[in-house]
Amino acid sequence: MTYFDRFAIPHPSPAIYASMVAIGLTVIAILFGLTYFKKWGYLWREWLTTVDHKRIGIMYLIAALLMLFRGGVDAIMLRAQTAVPDNTLLDAQHYNEVFTTHGVVMIIFMAMPFIYALMNFIVPLQIGARDVAFPRLNALSFWLFFMGAMLFNISFVVGGSPDAGWTSYFPLAGNDFSTSVGTNYYLLSIQIAGIGTLISGINFMTTIFKMRVPSMTLMKMPMFTWTALITNAIVVFAFPVLTVVLLLGTMDRLFGTHIFTMTNGGMDMLWANLFWVWGHPEVYILILPAFGIYSEIVSTFSRRNLYGYKSMVASIVIISFLSFLVWAHHFFTMGQGALANSIFSITTMAIAIPTGIKIFNWLLTMRKGRIEFTVPMLYTIGFIPIFTIGGVTGVMLGMASADYQYHNTMFLVAHFHYTIIPGVVFAMLAGLTYWWPKMFGYMLSEKIGKWAFWFIAIGFNVTFFPMFFTGLDGQARRMYTYSEATGYGPLNLLSFAGAIVLMAGVAILVYNIYYSTRYAPRNIGSDPWNARTLEWATQSPVQSYNFARTPHVESTEAFWDHKKKGKPLFKGKIEKIHMPNNSGMPFIMSSIFFVWGFSFVFSMWIPAIITTIAIFACMAHRSFEKDDGYYIPVEEIEATEKDSEVLTDETR
Amino acid sequence: MKLDNSLPLEYKTEQGRLNILGFWIFLGAEVMLFATLFATYFILAPRTASGPTGAEIFEITPVLIETILLLTSSFTIGLGVHAMRLGRKNAMMTFFGITLLLGLAFLGVEIYEFTHYVNIGAGLQVSAFTGILMTTLGTHGAHVTLGLFWGLFIILQVKKYGLTPKTANKAFIFSLYWHFLDVVWIFIFSFVYLKGMM
Repeated sequence: MTYFDRFAIPHPSPAIYASMVAIGLTVIAILFGLTYFKKWGYLWREWLTTVDHKRIGIMYLIAALLMLFRGGVDAIMLRAQTAVPDNTLLDAQHYNEVFTTHGVVMIIFMAMPFIYALMNFIVPLQIGARDVAFPRLNALSFWLFFMGAMLFNISFVVGGSPDAGWTSYFPLAGNDFSTSVGTNYYLLSIQIAGIGTLISGINFMTTIFKMRVPSMTLMKMPMFTWTALITNAIVVFAFPVLTVVLLLGTMDRLFGTHIFTMTNGGMDMLWANLFWVWGHPEVYILILPAFGIYSEIVSTFSRRNLYGYKSMVASIVIISFLSFLVWAHHFFTMGQGALANSIFSITTMAIAIPTGIKIFNWLLTMRKGRIEFTVPMLYTIGFIPIFTIGGVTGVMLGMASADYQYHNTMFLVAHFHYTIIPGVVFAMLAGLTYWWPKMFGYMLSEKIGKWAFWFIAIGFNVTFFPMFFTGLDGQARRMYTYSEATGYGPLNLLSFAGAIVLMAGVAILVYNIYYSTRYAPRNIGSDPWNARTLEWATQSPVQSYNFARTPHVESTEAFWDHKKKGKPLFKGKIEKIHMPNNSGMPFIMSSIFFVWGFSFVFSMWIPAIITTIAIFACMAHRSFEKDDGYYIPVEEIEATEKDSEVLTDETR
Repeated sequence: MKLDNSLPLEYKTEQGRLNILGFWIFLGAEVMLFATLFATYFILAPRTASGPTGAEIFEITPVLIETILLLTSSFTIGLGVHAMRLGRKNAMMTFFGITLLLGLAFLGVEIYEFTHYVNIGAGLQVSAFTGILMTTLGTHGAHVTLGLFWGLFIILQVKKYGLTPKTANKAFIFSLYWHFLDVVWIFIFSFVYLKGMM
């Protein structure tokens, strides 16, 4: 029996057993539902094997929303545990596991797929392309991410969750101090998802460099595409570092090397350094696409073109460069000396300059504009002051000597939530609402959406603003409880109340999706927001080939020029269109990766070897496969395009 | 399929050009991967604890043999791509075959080297230095191993389909990969072995 002991959960609790039952019932319900409604074929043909960037985008979106739920439940548990002093809702070990999975799920498995959902859907449309450069690899990226996420998510019911924080610092995460398989899950699942992300980075860089319509020069790209390009450049240069650091961590934990250990010459600080060499660029990977989304929204709803386009481009390039030069500010207090701290302090504060330029550009775009307070615009306007608080406290934390006061306190927790939630979550919700009609052909209810916005914005501030005070007062992060004498009780209770409001806001958002799916009008045309960029110049929902004819672009706002200045957008006649075939291989290969990861987590070497060979066999199969895609004939395109207003009103 | 006849075979199709650019970007990522490994190696190389140092275990003979084998293979794959541009299928396949044989010989010497290290008490788990040494060399060796299979598949495809834009594109991309492994080896030779022996 000892062999099977390691699959058991080291710290069982009723909540975990309840989750097990819930997971089991959900899986059975899904399997039964698919069989009962005879949807297996539909699921396989239309979704699991698809290589269409739009469908992959929607699958990323669904995965991101599921993970938002998982990470959100973790967050509520954390706030509930700290709501009152000396609480016993969670024990210390369980609390460690929950804050670890909350961080990993939110950053890697919620924010990342959310930005890739929008990038997948929008970038090819904004540059007038048929698809991404490598559609098959794009599907592989998604499925690798998805299987990595699933592997991470089964950890809490099979073998135990990781418990060393989302940064998983060694030696705490080493075999000596983390004896369960939890950290193995962390290392392997992020590795699998990270390979997917790296492939996406290569794919999108190639797509944006080579597949723009011929008339679109780099400086005529819409701002979201610019941010996508720079983001993916950061991905390509940062993710290999993560690959290596996870590999070295895996070597230490599974193969007994001494790279991050305290003995035999190992160096524990090496993990912190390498992790943040990836980790800091990672936060800009999350924030830059958000900046792109805000740029699109602010110019659409102010009815003005974006102020300072060139300085916007320069800012994101400078931010991407600086993002690689600041990593040591995450551990000013860990003894690297005054000189190194000073240098990293200066580079950190320097990032405020390009970011400030962007804030002023958005404000100046709104100046003298006719602002419409739609839901996406509300998120954008809410983002500016809230994010600025996050930025200012970031500069405070960036001062190395002052950081000795703030380090590892709730002040830091408040700071990064003040940047990530308005910076990423608000942007994703804004982008989701903004592009929803493009994805699904109907709009989300503005009225319910505004309720959701106010609940989320107010709930967020009530949750996190008190943490600035408790943090300055000395409340350490990641402590599962505190005594009543510290006086942290009332503000933590306020935080918990805020978290409930925030959660209610998300529930309203989910209700909005349900409500709008049932009741929203479908005849809204292809341009409901009166928008400016190319993705609105095709039908909603978008037909499989995106554009029947190659658009002609003269500025960053080709569609606006077309509408207001009568510039012709589509010239020439319709020709047959080449499309890639669907393939089940990305899904199959990623499923094998899941088993591969699981085998490594539990050091089961025979299945590990078999799956490794199977993965290479999949690659060999791809090498020998003959797949030239297919053509959509002209008649079919003309039939699809018959009702398209874009085609008929080009004489306007 | 549109062909641009002003370009070499491997660049003729749109997808071919995309593949080549995409692969260059992938090599950029690989540069970062090996750069991270090298940085870690430089930091940990002096940290030998009670285990041996580099100067005690490195031997010049096998390393020189490995270097000569891999550098020659980079030259022969260059000849292979040249033959491909001239449209000489058999010459191209021969040069690619020689390249893979040299790669296989390299791998054999490297496996010998690894077993030698383990035998003299410099195995993976001895110290931070031996751990990162074997991880860095092993990552390069794994790349070579993958390359051997990949190259073999390409030879088989050229044999079956001849030199088409598609097979030429694959062969060219494989040559980029192989040259890259050679570049990495030059760094390993200079900064791991030669520096370690000094």
